[in-house]
Amino acid sequence: MSRTLYDLIGLAAGVAFILALKGLSHPKTARRGNLIGAFGATLATVVVFFFVAGPKTGVAHALPLNHLGWILGAMAVGLAVGVPAARKVEMTQMPQLVALFNGVGGGAAALVAIVEYLHLGSGATKAEVIFTVFTVIVGCVSFSGSIITFMKLQELMTTRPVIFPAGRFIIAATLVSVIGVGGWVVAALGTTPLLILAGLSLLFGVLFVLPVGGADVPIVISLLNAFTGLTVAASGYVLDSVLLIIAGTLVGASGTILTRLMAEAMGRSLFGTLFGAFTAKPQDTSGTAEERPVRSGSPDDVAILLNYARRVVIVPGFGLAVAQAQHTVRELADLMISKGIDVAYGIHPVAGRMPGHMNVLLAEANVPYDQLEEMDEINPTFSQTDVAIVIGANDVVNPAAENTPGCPIYGMPILKVANAANVIFLKRSMRPGFAGIENELLYDPKTMLLFGDAKASLTKVVTALKAL
Amino acid sequence: MEPIAIISIFVLAVFVGFEVVSKVSSTLHTPLMSGANAIHGVILVGAIIVADHSETNLELGLAVAAIVLATINMVGGFVVTDRMLEMFKGKKK
Repeated sequence: MSRTLYDLIGLAAGVAFILALKGLSHPKTARRGNLIGAFGATLATVVVFFFVAGPKTGVAHALPLNHLGWILGAMAVGLAVGVPAARKVEMTQMPQLVALFNGVGGGAAALVAIVEYLHLGSGATKAEVIFTVFTVIVGCVSFSGSIITFMKLQELMTTRPVIFPAGRFIIAATLVSVIGVGGWVVAALGTTPLLILAGLSLLFGVLFVLPVGGADVPIVISLLNAFTGLTVAASGYVLDSVLLIIAGTLVGASGTILTRLMAEAMGRSLFGTLFGAFTAKPQDTSGTAEERPVRSGSPDDVAILLNYARRVVIVPGFGLAVAQAQHTVRELADLMISKGIDVAYGIHPVAGRMPGHMNVLLAEANVPYDQLEEMDEINPTFSQTDVAIVIGANDVVNPAAENTPGCPIYGMPILKVANAANVIFLKRSMRPGFAGIENELLYDPKTMLLFGDAKASLTKVVTALKAL
Repeated sequence: MEPIAIISIFVLAVFVGFEVVSKVSSTLHTPLMSGANAIHGVILVGAIIVADHSETNLELGLAVAAIVLATINMVGGFVVTDRMLEMFKGKKK
């Protein structure tokens, strides 16, 4: 295959990626967009076997590629791991899988750069060395940072911001060291400094993500995703691949915009998300919460309240998904509708663990799309709502976001369930939400708490409501 | 390739990347992030290229690891994105 044909096919794959992102931005074309992207990626991968490409300093040889067995074997292993993981993952755990996929992508980019660095001889230009070093740094940060976000989302470690004394000085010192060692690696080619650089970059990734907590985690995943894109673009420069430059830059640019959009959807400044935690003081989380009185009710109390309501808004959260209570919720909603009650779902943009996550979960349970209302539509209606049922959600209805400056979610738009005449919380316990903040609404006199597993509680409420 | 050509491609791709996602509802944030995530799995192409020209066992070993990781990123990314979007199928009015 000629170089020209190879590059043209690469360009076609690049165009496919543009169409993929374009398609993914609209609900109707989203699925097709993803398939176009997969097509482009497949095309790019197949074609690389038919042309001995780069590096610029390398010596071309005849087809087939060297180490073909190893290459195909490694791809088979990747398929055997990636496909079942993507197919079998519970939709509730999907955000951490995306984080993990992003991390391994960053890791792959860093490894490619390391091999390239080992390979670059004295013939390499300064620019090639600089881009290689950039890829090693950012790829490693993306890898270790994504692993930490994965652990936070999987609850393998605390979901709260981890802030330690002098944390920001340690982070700043690490960053300065990374840049310094990076300069050293550029100036003097050597394996040892490169490994030190990789180690420091991995450390920086961990330190960078540790102070981020709660609802800000998805923003960081999106940012690391954009980072990985940039490393791919830099690899494209070194490996002389137009396709990698286009694909990487597209992801870097769109990822940056997406990160900003997500931050806006949560009412967070990007800067505050990334650096706010550096300056935050550790919160006093012990509190006296457990000792304060709350009004807890029985399923019958809830059913009676619902029976005499004219309008009910259901606010689903991650707890609903964990309890797999989507179908029971739908049963309850249908029952209320049959009794002439006006029912709507209030969906917070970041309900669940990621923007749009809750829509995916409810769609899975076949909840009619027209009953789902976005935050801006539903908020003005709470004052005419008799009962708001909050199921396994907490942070997204926490008034602290509006009235407690300095708390980690301050400024995040919330569903104003406090304006409803009655609020029912279905909760497993008094444990605070993902962001780890106490919710004053739980102690409000108009709030009733129904403790227990969301699915079991809802089933009891349905039974009680049927009996009325 | 000429540096100016590379810079041109880069700058234009930045603008295209900004443009295509500038208006997207929050419902699609997660699938879009996941789809973009899968796209950067094309680093697989880079991993295959460096595997081809690796000369030592160390280089080959690292390149093979990169291929495994990149394949997981790319294939897993597209499959999980498709699963997410499948949920929306036919739900639109």
